[in-house]
Amino acid sequence: MANIQLKAVRKSYGAVEVIKGVDLEIKKGEFMVFVGPSGCGKSTMLRLISGLEQITSGDLLFDDELVNNVVPAKRGIAMVFQSYALYPHMTVFDNMAFGMKLDKTSKQEMKDRVQKAAELLQIDHLLDRLPKQLSGGQRQRVAIGRAIVRDPRVFLFDEPLSNLDAALRVQTRLEIAKLHHDMTDVTMIYVTHDQVEAMTLADRICVLRDGLIEQVGTPSELYENPASLFVAGFIGSPQMNFLKGAIAEKHNCTTLGIRAEHIEIADAADAEWTGKVVHAEDLGSDNYLFVDIGAGDPLIVRRPGKLETPLGTELNLRPIAGHIHRFDANEKPIR
Amino acid sequence: MPTTPFWRYMFYAGVVAIVIIAVFPFYYAVMTSFETGTAIFKPNILPEMFSWQNYAQVTGQRAFASSILNSVFIASTTVFCALLLAVTASYALARVRFRGRSLLLMTILGVSMFPQIAVLSGLYELVNFLGIYNRPWALVMSYTIFTLPFTVWVLTTFMRELPTEIEEAAIVDGATPWVIITKVFLPLLWPALVTTGLLAFIGAWNEFLFALTFTISEDMRTVPVAIALLSGASVQEIPWGPIMAASVIVTVPLIILVLIFQRKIVAGLTAGGVKG
Amino acid sequence: MSSDKSTNASPTAGKTLNLEQQRVRAAYMFLAPMLIMLLIVAAWPLFRSISFSFTDATANTIFNGQSEWIGFDNYVEKKVRSNGTVRWKGVLVDKDWWNAVWNTVRFSIVSVALETILGLLVALVLNAEFKGRGLVRAAVLIPWAIPTIVSARMWGWMLNDQFGIINEIMLTLHLIDKPIAWTASSDTAMIAVLIVDVWKTTPFMALLILAGLQMIPRDMYESARIDGIHPLRVFWRVTLPLLRPAILVAVIFRALDALRIFDLIYLLTPQSDSTITMSVLSYRELQQFGDYGEGSAMSTLLFLIITGFVLLYIKLGRVDLSGEKS
Repeated sequence: MANIQLKAVRKSYGAVEVIKGVDLEIKKGEFMVFVGPSGCGKSTMLRLISGLEQITSGDLLFDDELVNNVVPAKRGIAMVFQSYALYPHMTVFDNMAFGMKLDKTSKQEMKDRVQKAAELLQIDHLLDRLPKQLSGGQRQRVAIGRAIVRDPRVFLFDEPLSNLDAALRVQTRLEIAKLHHDMTDVTMIYVTHDQVEAMTLADRICVLRDGLIEQVGTPSELYENPASLFVAGFIGSPQMNFLKGAIAEKHNCTTLGIRAEHIEIADAADAEWTGKVVHAEDLGSDNYLFVDIGAGDPLIVRRPGKLETPLGTELNLRPIAGHIHRFDANEKPIR
Repeated sequence: MPTTPFWRYMFYAGVVAIVIIAVFPFYYAVMTSFETGTAIFKPNILPEMFSWQNYAQVTGQRAFASSILNSVFIASTTVFCALLLAVTASYALARVRFRGRSLLLMTILGVSMFPQIAVLSGLYELVNFLGIYNRPWALVMSYTIFTLPFTVWVLTTFMRELPTEIEEAAIVDGATPWVIITKVFLPLLWPALVTTGLLAFIGAWNEFLFALTFTISEDMRTVPVAIALLSGASVQEIPWGPIMAASVIVTVPLIILVLIFQRKIVAGLTAGGVKG
Repeated sequence: MSSDKSTNASPTAGKTLNLEQQRVRAAYMFLAPMLIMLLIVAAWPLFRSISFSFTDATANTIFNGQSEWIGFDNYVEKKVRSNGTVRWKGVLVDKDWWNAVWNTVRFSIVSVALETILGLLVALVLNAEFKGRGLVRAAVLIPWAIPTIVSARMWGWMLNDQFGIINEIMLTLHLIDKPIAWTASSDTAMIAVLIVDVWKTTPFMALLILAGLQMIPRDMYESARIDGIHPLRVFWRVTLPLLRPAILVAVIFRALDALRIFDLIYLLTPQSDSTITMSVLSYRELQQFGDYGEGSAMSTLLFLIITGFVLLYIKLGRVDLSGEKS
């Protein structure tokens, strides 16, 4: 249950600067997701907050208290790692109780806390097993359980789902969301490169690029009002269509962005673009049409229902009013 | 493996040649060790007689038995001390970023590589100063020169390969570096410790120069020195039978160890060598 | 401003150390016992040995401090006799020393070259898949496991001029027409030493190269085979370049070992001038003749040669011995 503030935080390794001055406030009990392409600094940010990496300059505050030089164990954090990082030679119980043992917590309290967390995660029948006797999903739960028993102020997740298969990933995502609902006081920070995870879990998302924050906002803010071309392209699936040149100039911008779901099929009379369907993807509930309108990459158009448009069909298209995104030469939005 | 029949035959011929060349000298030593009298001086590939006499003669000498005890004591003490110091040192070298780490690593490698003869006179003085000349401790101390850097070096490579996230999880759990080593890493490093210890043991067991220099009396010698100085009535009469018997006695345990720990040894040698 | 205070003030404040500082401090404490030990058993003796090389220390004066500083006289000294003739003395003008240097260099180059080529061959064989590979690998380890002293004795016996099996085999095969005194004759002593060393050390070389070989992904060979490239071409173009780092490291380890060789030569060919190496000569000077000054000068020179060799090799081969960058 901590309010976290980063003030002008920088991190460099030798001459290479990875975090180039970040200001951010994470509210108490908030679920904040750091998202961005690989190498953007999102994991470094998490490690700076955890204390595993030292901040080069700037301030990090937990509940208004400066924690720059506080060791990780004293920050009241718990961390779930990408590889789960369970101690291979310890049973599930010992894995979860290791921190408390080092703290010299009483045996009874140790037992109670492990038991409670294990029940919450439905792993109480596995307490005597070794990590190698567990499935990937079970290991993930033990890792989360180990974090819960620490009773942290801040819960840190470093791409915790990337080692799970697709089905398990969705299930665990739901459980993490539930955990967030149950532990209303606990601030959670979650790192991922997967924008779907970010959109579904986050209260707020922080998009990072090259060691700087591109935008912070709720998922719908990011979706509806991206603060840059980069965010517009990064959030949303399929990726937003970007049109340049004459098409963009008609709207007085350098780049025109329009999402696949915001393009509708129009009459020839009020069509803005026309082109042939060159490729189509049928997802059952939706289908995506790739329409070549003679402007670089084909335009992706999302249509509800089953695919009924044969390849080669000539389509007249137009953007839904109020849903176009215009960007200037500096990749910033024009409002 | 080659695909054409001719080259396949050549390949197997090569394999057979490798095995024969590798094994024959030891086989021949074993065979000789069972021969006595004139049979020993007849060069023959198959055994012509079988007698334990050479073994009885060697093991009957009190000095030889104490050489074996000396060697066992010296090699195991050396290895134990080296591992004790090396575990913490290799953690620091493998896991903590500090200034001068690369230089330190290179220095340690350098020490394990430099010629023993270069320290011999200085060490001789030190051994005398400490009053341990002709005592096992002189050798335990001097063998540290090569076992310690070697174990540090190999354990550092093993230590580097342990997953970072496990260490970080322990840090978050509040473990100090000492706790990380003893409670988290050591249980994971047992195989590496066995390998490294075994290699260092073989190195100490086989050492010759220091053992030759720092011991004088027969009952203080180590096995290699004992074998080297095993002589007959005159210089011309080298007692080949007993020498071969002694050689077999000290080599068989090593060969058995090496064969048991074959895979681990290869891993250890590689950790000490290839890294590019 | 606040950021300046927080980051720069912390080390001097000194009350609580941050994680990095704690770890670095622990690292120094962990390294201290090892470093102290190495200072005592390696650095100090090395320093003393080098010091001795500038004195006239002998077996009698080495412990009582009565040896005297004589500068570089052990290395090279100009002596003017009463009749006016100039004579040079010292290790650097000693032909025995240069003979030992030549022997050492000759031995090192030939043995390491042979061991590398044979080791590569053995490694290639062991890398192929065939029945009984495990057994062959075990067999190959045997020479490596045998103590040098024992292998010197074993081969000394096999190479014996009168009763040795090697002469017997070669006579039977009519490769020679009379027995050879392998270890005693000055023509063959070096060959004998090389045979034993190559026999004993090729396995080590093979294992190191094999480890390098096994790091080359199998798909590389498979795709080469599918492309129909001749295996020999694959070897020269793919395998060998990828093995280069492994071989370079193996060669430097072996070369350093070869340059300091002592026990094999001391035991196999004790009296032969054609095999005596720097280590053996220096030992003889120290232990047999009790000339600690000159013996230490020799060992110091060997130390310098080896150090120079390592530096040169690292610079030329750009070998990453520390493994830090991989």
